[in-house]
Amino acid sequence: MIRVQTQDFNVPEEYHLISQDNSDGAVVTFVGKVRDFNDGSAVTDLTLEHYPGMTEAVLNQIEAEARERWPLNNVTIIHRVGAMALGEQIVFIGVTSAHRKAAFAACEFLIDFLKTKAPFWKLEAGDKGSNWVEARDADEQAAKMWDK
Amino acid sequence: MINVLFFAQVRELIGTAGVKVEAGENTQTAEGLRATLAATDDKWAKVLASDKLLVAVNQTISQWDTPIVDGDEVAFFPPVTGG
Repeated sequence: MIRVQTQDFNVPEEYHLISQDNSDGAVVTFVGKVRDFNDGSAVTDLTLEHYPGMTEAVLNQIEAEARERWPLNNVTIIHRVGAMALGEQIVFIGVTSAHRKAAFAACEFLIDFLKTKAPFWKLEAGDKGSNWVEARDADEQAAKMWDK
Repeated sequence: MINVLFFAQVRELIGTAGVKVEAGENTQTAEGLRATLAATDDKWAKVLASDKLLVAVNQTISQWDTPIVDGDEVAFFPPVTGG
């Protein structure tokens, strides 16, 4: 399930939704949050912009790719857009599978691909004004590690 | 008409979220469309000349030689930074 939304999400609720099937022995979740620094500068809040339509299409594609690689049961990807304060949740990824290895790997694959392929952009506000976050080579390298 | 969209700092620097462009001889590829838009304004030329600029044609990341036809949606934006 893919959701792009301005409102916050509730982790226990999302966990409950994906963890009902007793054929799943593994549930792996990841939450990305707004942290108080980036590149050595203080960050006070964050605004996420996205490309409506394309975002959902890319997230669906990334989910399909993960399902081709690992035997997954439930997959949830939630990404927030708009203004967020320090400490707020930005992104949720939840994956279930019979075994832990597939669930861990798929969760990491999903966040690596989401960070480099999905059209979201972060605008950070801090003590030095507002800045668009630069894409990081490390994120690109992390996504490349999954090349077959 | 080609529906052109700009996102993030590209949108901010250009000063608009999008424009409509009449499809013509010079807009038959993503590169052609970029050059056509760049020719309209010095500021646009600077922003659209970035070697990091990405292009999506009909909501799919595309190459600069990707064909563009009347009715397409073409978006220009910087590398993505979500997650």
